[in-house]
Amino acid sequence: MTTADLIEETYFSLTINKVRSGLTVLGIVIGIGSVIAMIAIGQGAQNSIQSSIQSIGSNLVLVMPGAARGAGVQVSSGRGSSQTLTQADADAIGKSVTGIKAVAPEVSKRYQITSRGKNTNTQVIGTVPTYMDVRNVQIDSGNFVTDSHVRSAAKVAVLGPTARDDLFGVDASPVGQTIRINRIEFKIVGVTKAKGGSGFSNQDDMVFVPLTTAQRYLSGDTYVSTISVEAQSQDLMASVQQQITSLILTRHKISDPQLADFNVLNQSDIVAAATSVTGIFTILLASIAAISLLVGGIGIMNMMLTTVTERTREIGLRKAIGGKSRDISIQFLAEAVMLTFSGGVLGVILGWLLTLAVSAFTGIATSISITSVLLAFGVSAGIGVVFGYYPARRASHLNPIEALRYE
Amino acid sequence: MIECINLRKVYESGDTATVALDNVSFKIEDGEYVAIMGPSGSGKSTLMHLLGALDTPTSGKYLLDTVDISTMTDDQLADIRKDKIGFVFQAFNLLPRATVLRNVMLPLMYSEVPKEEREKIARKALANVGMEETRFYHHSNQISGGQMQRVAIARALVANPSLILADEPTGNLDTKTGEIVLSTFEELNKQGRTIVLITHEPDVAEHAHRIIHVRDGKILSDTHTARHPTHKKS
Repeated sequence: MTTADLIEETYFSLTINKVRSGLTVLGIVIGIGSVIAMIAIGQGAQNSIQSSIQSIGSNLVLVMPGAARGAGVQVSSGRGSSQTLTQADADAIGKSVTGIKAVAPEVSKRYQITSRGKNTNTQVIGTVPTYMDVRNVQIDSGNFVTDSHVRSAAKVAVLGPTARDDLFGVDASPVGQTIRINRIEFKIVGVTKAKGGSGFSNQDDMVFVPLTTAQRYLSGDTYVSTISVEAQSQDLMASVQQQITSLILTRHKISDPQLADFNVLNQSDIVAAATSVTGIFTILLASIAAISLLVGGIGIMNMMLTTVTERTREIGLRKAIGGKSRDISIQFLAEAVMLTFSGGVLGVILGWLLTLAVSAFTGIATSISITSVLLAFGVSAGIGVVFGYYPARRASHLNPIEALRYE
Repeated sequence: MIECINLRKVYESGDTATVALDNVSFKIEDGEYVAIMGPSGSGKSTLMHLLGALDTPTSGKYLLDTVDISTMTDDQLADIRKDKIGFVFQAFNLLPRATVLRNVMLPLMYSEVPKEEREKIARKALANVGMEETRFYHHSNQISGGQMQRVAIARALVANPSLILADEPTGNLDTKTGEIVLSTFEELNKQGRTIVLITHEPDVAEHAHRIIHVRDGKILSDTHTARHPTHKKS
């Protein structure tokens, strides 16, 4: 029996009962398709979260108010809810911590903003000019908040592109016009460039005002909600984080670091935490998909066992005309592998379509890696061998005399 | 040439042993047309399985073309069946959804005859058993019983075996189509093929040239019929 014969015989046998073969293959198609899709979506989500975190700046160390509770990174614990950090803390960091490039304190809160009848509710950030460098903000038109704005607590505002779209319409040029934040009039001096991408946390739906203005007219106190510190390089981040922690502990007169009333977050810690969370979700989703693949494999085995029983006489005949046990077992194994392999091919296509659909509806940029496609082919063929082996063995061990007599 | 020397087959199930064949010896020359007759339980099926290399004897020797196959392994027996024996079954055993031509070409796949030659050989074999060419591409379950059996005979012929072994070939056919099948065997015998027919019907056995009667695992008689060439001469 040559390989060409084997393929022809296999094709012939499988197409005799197209509906049954098709339904059996469907189990593998769904299994492989969902594994491919889940891995692609998981990796896409991971990339999107990482780039979203990277887009807030590079080599960032964030100092936030609120108590650190126990071990681990608590991204949002107490942010803005307690007020312990002040402008003076930010100044002290800028003066005595080594290895930093820039310090940008900010006070942020959501306010209702109105302009000529339109209104929106968005994040208002009171900050200083260095914020531009620290947080990768670029100006599209006009200017950002300047030092003189901060000194004079000028009532000026810089709009993010999304806020601009909401208040003045898409791509309008609002520089020189006025908006009201919390019923106080602000003059618009600039619009920032879109940071693009990720709907995870929109970096474009913001309004920037001078820090002093925000403290005097909006929050009414001298606290800040975040101090962003940019380290000179990634290697220095740990040292910067360490220095800031001990500095502020001393300034706040806290001797036990466990009782600190602030958090110092390192950007790479945030990335690592987010990556491990999405990684776990990817594994979880892929394992559920893998279970459906296993069920599909059992379906193949079930069908092959039925086929062997139905074709007992054919097996007897094939043995009578000179087929060896090996020929018979290879034939049935080939049938199982052809089923699962074609299921694998269709499954990759299905998975690809699923990821396209997910990308289209959720905006998560998914990517199917070559590795997962190759793995899918390997796994599907492997399932054919594993679940086809027992039925094939059973077929090849039939006694030709009894098989020929089988009714 | 077939030579059986003291063939003995014992089936053991639990404590009881059933002797199916008891020291059977006979010889069949090339070109003979032999019927093996006997009622059910006589041992004729066991004898057919041994002659067809589907089974090995408990003791004794079976020489097919001077080769002793009584001690061969399953794979060696498969090779013997492939090269030396053509089977014709009572139930035809055709692949139902395959075409007539495909059914006949099937044994050639196992003998690894090049693909281009298979169809040529199969067409010749089908013509030899009197199948019309218009039926070659019919599915084997779309033709009549008599035609099915002739397709099965063609399938037994393609590998050019030393022996054609027919097990109750007319058992599933009416008398008229049975006659056509039997005349096909006669024609093949005239071409020099060795044919062994296993049957329990005396009418069918009469078509052969020699009848071996089997009963209780022993040969009861071994006689020439009226059709035997030597009989005509005398």
